[in-house]
Amino acid sequence: MDNFMAARSQMALSLGFHIIFSCIGMVMPFFMAVSHFLWLRKGEQVYQNITRAWSKGVAIFFATGAVSGTVLSFELGLLWPTFMKHAGPIFGMPFSLEGTAFFIEAIALGFYLYGWKRFNRWFHWVTGLVVGISGLTSGILVVAANSWMNSPAGFDLVNGQYINIDPIKAMFNPAWFSQALHMCIAAFAATGFAVAGVHALMIWRNRNVDFHMRSFKIAAIFGVIAALLQPLSGDISAKMVAKRQPAKLAAMEAHFKTEAYSPLILGGIPDEKNKKVDYAIELPGMLSFLVYDNFKTPVKGLDQIPQQDQPPVTVTHFAFQIMVGLGIAMMAIGAIYLLALWKKRNWFKKGWFLKLFIAATPLGFIAVEAGWTVTEVGRQPWIIQGVMRTADAVTPMPGIHYSFYLFAAVYFTLSIVVIFLLYRQIKMVPVMYDVKPKNLHTN
Amino acid sequence: MLYVVIIFLWVSLLLYLVMGGADFGAGIIELFTSTQNKSRTRRIMYNAIGPIWEANHMWLIIAIVILFVGFPTIYATMSTYLHIPLTVMLLGIIARGTALTFRNYDAVHDNMQKLYNKIFVYSSFITPLFLGIIAGSAVSGRIDLQANNFADAYIYSWFNWFSVAIGFFTTSLCGFLAAIYLIGETHDDTERRSFIRKARIMNVAAVLSGAVVFIASIKENIPLVQWVFGNFIGIAAVSLATISLILLWYLISRGKRYIIRVLAGFQMTMILLTTTYRHYPRIVILKNGGYLSLIDHRGADKTIHALGMALLIGSVFILPALFYLIWSFRKKDGTADALQH
Ligand code: HDD
Ligand code: HEM
Ligand code: HEM
Repeated sequence: MDNFMAARSQMALSLGFHIIFSCIGMVMPFFMAVSHFLWLRKGEQVYQNITRAWSKGVAIFFATGAVSGTVLSFELGLLWPTFMKHAGPIFGMPFSLEGTAFFIEAIALGFYLYGWKRFNRWFHWVTGLVVGISGLTSGILVVAANSWMNSPAGFDLVNGQYINIDPIKAMFNPAWFSQALHMCIAAFAATGFAVAGVHALMIWRNRNVDFHMRSFKIAAIFGVIAALLQPLSGDISAKMVAKRQPAKLAAMEAHFKTEAYSPLILGGIPDEKNKKVDYAIELPGMLSFLVYDNFKTPVKGLDQIPQQDQPPVTVTHFAFQIMVGLGIAMMAIGAIYLLALWKKRNWFKKGWFLKLFIAATPLGFIAVEAGWTVTEVGRQPWIIQGVMRTADAVTPMPGIHYSFYLFAAVYFTLSIVVIFLLYRQIKMVPVMYDVKPKNLHTN
Repeated sequence: MLYVVIIFLWVSLLLYLVMGGADFGAGIIELFTSTQNKSRTRRIMYNAIGPIWEANHMWLIIAIVILFVGFPTIYATMSTYLHIPLTVMLLGIIARGTALTFRNYDAVHDNMQKLYNKIFVYSSFITPLFLGIIAGSAVSGRIDLQANNFADAYIYSWFNWFSVAIGFFTTSLCGFLAAIYLIGETHDDTERRSFIRKARIMNVAAVLSGAVVFIASIKENIPLVQWVFGNFIGIAAVSLATISLILLWYLISRGKRYIIRVLAGFQMTMILLTTTYRHYPRIVILKNGGYLSLIDHRGADKTIHALGMALLIGSVFILPALFYLIWSFRKKDGTADALQH
């Protein structure tokens, strides 16, 4: 593995790892706030138990998210010093605000985790909510930094010099809104489905059904609403990509030829050498329609993009298909859930219904990883779209592959340990949170 | 605004040294505690640092963000030439942060605890060691932008007597801070006496390793003596630090827990002041006699301005909240609720 590939792989691995923990860190506090609220309002012990059980999970995820984030803020320099030397002062604004948001989050978490019985009940509740709000804010800010790499703004490049730097304009670059919106919804969808899936499994196995059913409902409703909104926001994102990164759009769609009535290509295996897609279903005019709202306007294909500026088509296309496919599947499951909630309450206890959610546990996170692959691989060969090539940004230090193997081993081990710990948390639910019969009758 | 940013950078480093340092130190103390006292030490420590440990470590992130937004050349140069010690420090941060949390939140208490403890104490030692090495390397004048082989560019930039001595010095300071802090968190006399003894041992270790730093600096031709004693501020700070050290030895056994904490914090401030004052604003000194300066290598004015504003506005939110957090959990007998399963 050469140095450049190793650096890219290490970056991708670290971010792919961090994103899972940060999604959970952003979203779980809201689930907790809801069950905590229900406890404060209704006084049912089971809601306090749910809140406490979740808060232990959050502490584990938060710590892992925080250390992997700390690693990232160093890694940007360790792997891409040339990029950071020029980009730091331009796209750094969201990072400095993010520092504030993290800090508030860490303080609020201290209050929340250790504050049971110490503070006014509502003050305590609010600190939990603050954890969620500041987590969401940091997510939005860091995505604003990433979107700047996709649509650089707020500077002029004159003879290799970056001048007229305006960090505020760079932060509010054209892509920030569509990306931040899509990311936040994705975090809710992914975490909601994952948490709901785990609780559905426990209901299906008939363990602590009351505890798990209530947890399931809180998590599922967040996930379901997000899953229904996600395709709409994805459509906004795709239109944005078409405008600012036609090469990325073409790679996502495996769209080789520019022509009127551009087809939407579903599935298929891109053949990059012969510039065609085998075994695909083509819907003529649909791509034009999705991008320009009419069936005729041609969408720029890869044939109009110089060879040295083209992203890898196969990876980008597959990743995009995976994300969209899963998005549609999750939307369908969401619709079934709403129908159950509205008309068919007895479905909640049905095996097939629970199995559907159990099967959907990892879908959101797979879609998140696929979505980032689209965004990042689709931007290649650029690290800053149209401004700096990734190959020119990499560290001069040789031997990065050792570092990559090392981090891969560390992240692999950590993933195993986190899964193991969660398994033990869930296994201990009956011991720690079994609801005594008297509490069941308080409502 | 540039000065606002520089002051924030300095203060973040100081607070990371003091708060994060005490936090690392707790692990170092655990490493040097006899087995039968370990679990008690651990309980006291966890109750004391649990609620604020996340916040303690934010100072490092703030410092890094200031560096890469405001002084990108310095950040890029350091992260290129000090890649190896930075990576080791990161591995330490990962290991320590996760081990601490895992051992507190693992629902089942069994042999896994032993593993978490081992990882926790060793990484508590490694992380400040390499943090010190990195700080020492920045000023040791071994970073060679013209180096044409791997060892000169990426190994000898940090692997030298001076940097390593600074590493050990930092580690013993952390242990010292933790012991001072934990004296005030104990419940009975035996515990208190054991921490007082630890504080004294750590203090001796710090003074000795400080002396080694001076010897190493002479060996490596680094004008440390001149930086420290060649100017009024340096001499004054060293004298004040010495006086507060004597006071500290006297007060340590008299149960004045707030005063000794303030004195220990004051000492750290003086140490950081002496070591940074003289060569400021040159925070990285290069082999060819050149340097990277906070003034000459700053980012665009608009960026510095926006960064300064962000820091000022941020601190309006953060400082009162942080102060209230520390104040709320100051009671030494507050059993951390999260431990009650
Ligand atoms: C639960 C996760 C999830 C789901 C179900 C979807 N997405 Fe997505 N998508 C993401 C999670 C995600 C993401 C991981 O969060 C990305 C990566 C960068 C970003 O801003 O969001 C993303 C990026 C992303 C991009 C690239 C944006 C850019 O580069 O700026 C497009 C065009 C879409 N998505 C479109 C869609 C469409 C049309 C979907 C229809 C169902 C869809 N996504 C479902
Ligand atoms: C957490 C979500 C993210 C994931 C999963 C992700 C994933 C990836 C992947 C797969 C690559 C490798 C691309 C390739 O080699 O073809 C990459 C590269 C990179 N990403 Fe991201 N990314 C994420 C967010 C971000 C953010 C928020 C930033 C910066 C603010 C960022 C900065 C970079 C940089 C600097 C590179 C290296 C250069 C490159 O290959 O483009 N990424 N990331
Ligand atoms: C799209 C990508 C990203 C998202 C959505 C995201 C979001 C978050 C969130 C919500 C947290 C809080 C931790 C938690 O609650 O579990 C976090 C932690 C952190 N992230 Fe990220 N992040 C992303 C990428 C990055 C990148 C590229 C960097 C660095 C350059 C970074 C640096 C950090 C740091 C330093 C922390 C630790 C803060 C703490 O101690 O609380 N993140 N991230």
